[in-house]
Order: sequence, then C-alpha cells, then structure tokens
Amino acid sequence: MKNFVIVGGGVASVAAIEGIRSVDKTGKIYLVSGENKPTYCRPLISYYLQGLTDFEKMKYRPDGFYAENGVELVFGKAESIDKDKKTVKVGEKNLPYDKLLVATGSTPFVPPFNGLESVEKKFSFMTEDDAQAIDNAIDGNSRVLIIGAGLIGLKCAEGIAERVKEITVVDLATRVLSSILDADCAAFMQRALEEHGVSFILGDSVAAFDKNVATLASGKTVDFDILILAVGVRANTSLVKDIGGAVNRGITVDDKMQTSVNDIYAAGDCAEGYDASIKGSRVLAILPSAYFQGFTAGVNMAGGDKSLTDDMPVNAIGFYGLHSLTAGAYIGDTYEEKTESGIKRLFFDGDRLAGFIIIGEIKNAGIYTYLIKEKISLSEEDKEKLKKSPTLAIFGSEIRAKKLGGVV
Amino acid sequence: MKRVYVDEKWCLGCHLCEYNCAFANSGETNMVKALKDKEICPRIRIEEDGKITYAVSCRHCEDPVCVKCCISGALSKQDGVVKIDENKCVGCFTCVLVCPYGAVSPAEGHAALKCELCLENACGFPACVKGCPNKAIVYEER
Repeated sequence: MKNFVIVGGGVASVAAIEGIRSVDKTGKIYLVSGENKPTYCRPLISYYLQGLTDFEKMKYRPDGFYAENGVELVFGKAESIDKDKKTVKVGEKNLPYDKLLVATGSTPFVPPFNGLESVEKKFSFMTEDDAQAIDNAIDGNSRVLIIGAGLIGLKCAEGIAERVKEITVVDLATRVLSSILDADCAAFMQRALEEHGVSFILGDSVAAFDKNVATLASGKTVDFDILILAVGVRANTSLVKDIGGAVNRGITVDDKMQTSVNDIYAAGDCAEGYDASIKGSRVLAILPSAYFQGFTAGVNMAGGDKSLTDDMPVNAIGFYGLHSLTAGAYIGDTYEEKTESGIKRLFFDGDRLAGFIIIGEIKNAGIYTYLIKEKISLSEEDKEKLKKSPTLAIFGSEIRAKKLGGVV
Repeated sequence: MKRVYVDEKWCLGCHLCEYNCAFANSGETNMVKALKDKEICPRIRIEEDGKITYAVSCRHCEDPVCVKCCISGALSKQDGVVKIDENKCVGCFTCVLVCPYGAVSPAEGHAALKCELCLENACGFPACVKGCPNKAIVYEER
C-alpha cells in the first residue's frame, strides 16, 4: 500500500486527492495544511465581503470529502523534506511518503516600501482570514488605499466599494488588469469600477508611507485609513529549493507534474508548468490550472499515466455584472468588434485561434476556448463564422453528430 | 446513464425546446405567466449552420471541464449528471469560459444556468424532449 503525502490545503490538493483515488482506492493519504480548515474557495473572498456568500458555502467540497477519500488531515506547517529518508517534517512528526505532492501555493508579495511599518491597518487579500480582518476593519467612514490594480486588488475594491467612504487604487502599470487585458479593454473594466466610486491613480507608485498618508512617486499624496497590499504573489518554492530541486519562478515540473527530485511532484500556484499558449513554462496562478495540475499529479503519483500538455491561461472576471472572459495568447491577426456595451477581440495565429478577450456578450465563449486548446485548424470560412458568433456550426454535420449524439 | 441526444436531421428549428425548457425551469405552473413578456433563459438553444438547425444543451461529459474549473465548488457530477448548486455559485462564469459546447449560460445577477435533465424541477423528464414535435431530441441510453 502506497503512502501519499500532500503539502498544502488548496484546490490543487483536492484535485490530487481526486486524481489519486481515480487510480488507487486504498493508499494512505496525509494532507498537511497550514490553514486550520478544510479547503475553501479563495477566489470567493471578495464575494464574501459583498455579502454574496459565506464561509460555509465557500467550502470547496462537501463536509465528508476527506473521510470518504481516506485522507488524514494534519494541521501544521511542513518545515522540510528529507528526500533520502522520504519524509516530511511537520512539527514533531516525520510523515513518510512514497510519493509527495508539494502544493504550497503562493504568498502575497510585499515590496519594501519606506515607512510601511508606520501604517497601522494594513492587509493582504488572499485568505479567508484576510477577508475576515478587512470585514472587521472597514466601516462607512473608511478611506481605503489599494496598491495593485490586478485581479486581486480590483476584486477587493468591488467587494468593499459599497461599504466604505472612498477607495483609491494605485498601480505602477498604466492600465488595470494589465496581465490579462490590453489598454482598450482595461479602460472598459476600469469604468465599471469608477461608476461605483472607485478612484484610480495609474502609472504611479508609492514612494513612502507615513502613518495614514501615502506619498507617491509623482508627488501626489493619498490620505487613507486602511491599506490593502495587492501587488502580486510569489510562489512558495522553498521546500523543494532547500533540497536542491529545480526552481525558477515556481517549482519546475514536467508534463507529469514531477519535479526534478524523485517521487516529488508539484502543482498549483507554487509550480511552473507548461503553458501551451506561449509554448513555454510559466506559473499559471489560476484555479483551473491548479485543478488540472493537481489531478494530473495525483494520477501519476498513484501509478497512472497522465500528461498535462494543453494548459493555458483562462480568466473570468467581472465587476457589477460586466464580465470579461479571456483565454490563450494575444498574438497574430486581431479581429475586433466594439460596441457601447462590450468588446470582442479574437486573435488568429495562422489557421488557428490563439486567444481572445470578450467583454460584455460572453455567451458560448467556451467554444472559442475549446478551439484554442485543441488547436483546431480553421478555414477562412470558419473564421468568418466564428467572428459572427461562437457556435458548433464550424464543426460541420459529421463531427457535430458525434458531439451531440454520442457520449463525450 | 440516460442523456439528451440530438439528431439534426429531424430538427425543424422551431425553438419549442427553448420555450419548454424555460417553462419547466421557471417554477411556474402556467406557461403564459412564466414566459409572456419575459426574456427567456433556456438551458438549451437552437443553432444554425446554413439551413441546418440543431439544439445544444449540456452533454453531461464523462470528464466535465466545467466541474474542474469551477471556482466555487458549485458544479459537481452526481450519478452522471453535471449539477449546479445555485447557492454556492457566485456567477463568475468561468464555466461559460470553458464549456466546449457553450452549454452553460450566464444569467444576469444570478448563478449560471445549465441543463440538469429536468430531474430537479417539476417536469421530472427533459421538457425539451417531451415537447419536441419531430423527435429530434431524445432521452435515452447510448
């Protein structure tokens, strides 16, 4: 009987458990989690602040999940790996493994701002504890300063905008959501937040904090009561790095999710796997990738054979009912459709769809995602059909008969 | 397990399946009250490829990508049926972004909508199948 140890209690760990159990029904699984609770949905913490969900509903799996899958939860911090003895040290315990998964996630990155220590109320925005702390700290008179106009910073802004006096978002980038949107599309999403009272100072950064005042590089000052740092995250790689495993921006893994160290796998935000859209390795710190990677790792750890070769960035983000869906790489020829209420950008690289950005009319966008992922060759006629709308029309009767008339 | 299957050869493009679906999932007992003057949100849709028409709804995939990508744990597969827990869904629409069939619909200010084979509503049997006048949509084992 195999002994599996999983370090980290996020989505990748649940996926790994499901992956292991799809192959091996009996092996012992230890799950080491630093948060003293079952896996919950971290991307939902902004919805929690909006009052749209609660911690009970945010549980990622039903209550019986660990027991039904024969998982023993070990709450604590995994301090180190002994790769020769094949054990993981957690407090006084040394957990033995045949196969180990490192799914340690990431940690908010806090730049060394001058005077940051003088700020009394400062928060990150990643965990339920962070959300709870912010929930407790804000009131109708709060002036909130958010550093970072990425996915995390802006969802936080949406989460609290109706509950505080004012919000200012500062980012060095000249547009919001710069990792997933180009300037035009970013302006669209920015406007949705501005209409709800969120102010932006872009292309600027904090030079220094002095208690409740931030002085920016431009010389502007922002008064605030609450500071939220959402600059970015760093992969938690030290467990593998400390034993000489290959680490780049994340823990280096192959398409089986195997690290450079025997019998050790990595998945989720801590791992740097293959991004098919750029044909290179990249940390894909998004939930779908955490699931795909974790599941792939689990299957392989349990003796199965699964490769992950088609992973790529996909992002769904919305503010106040305006939704943006993006996928793949923004390369090649651009087709654009712009209206009052939305934008559609399709990126064709030769005969293939390489990526898209859609804001507003998002119906059926998954068909585009499928075409990118499966690298489907498109005729000029197909492209014209796709520009109009994403439907199964491009597949033709024969393939469609299999899709709609068969088990898929 | 039984699924909804579509044969485009018999589809008339009448859109009745869309109306029957919207009615079955409306919670109303009167079709007029359920649908009149409302923007209907069916979980099945008619598409066109030239002169050919066909209905598309959830395939209840063997390995459903929407379940794997769901950020809220609202989508799950139970006894072969891909279900959505409306209480857990926050309407992020990652499922809309990844469904290869376009079979999950975004609904304004609401959880995503998808076919659950009418097993959860008063119909108890796929309403699209029941109402299809030319048997282009069937519910059977394959």
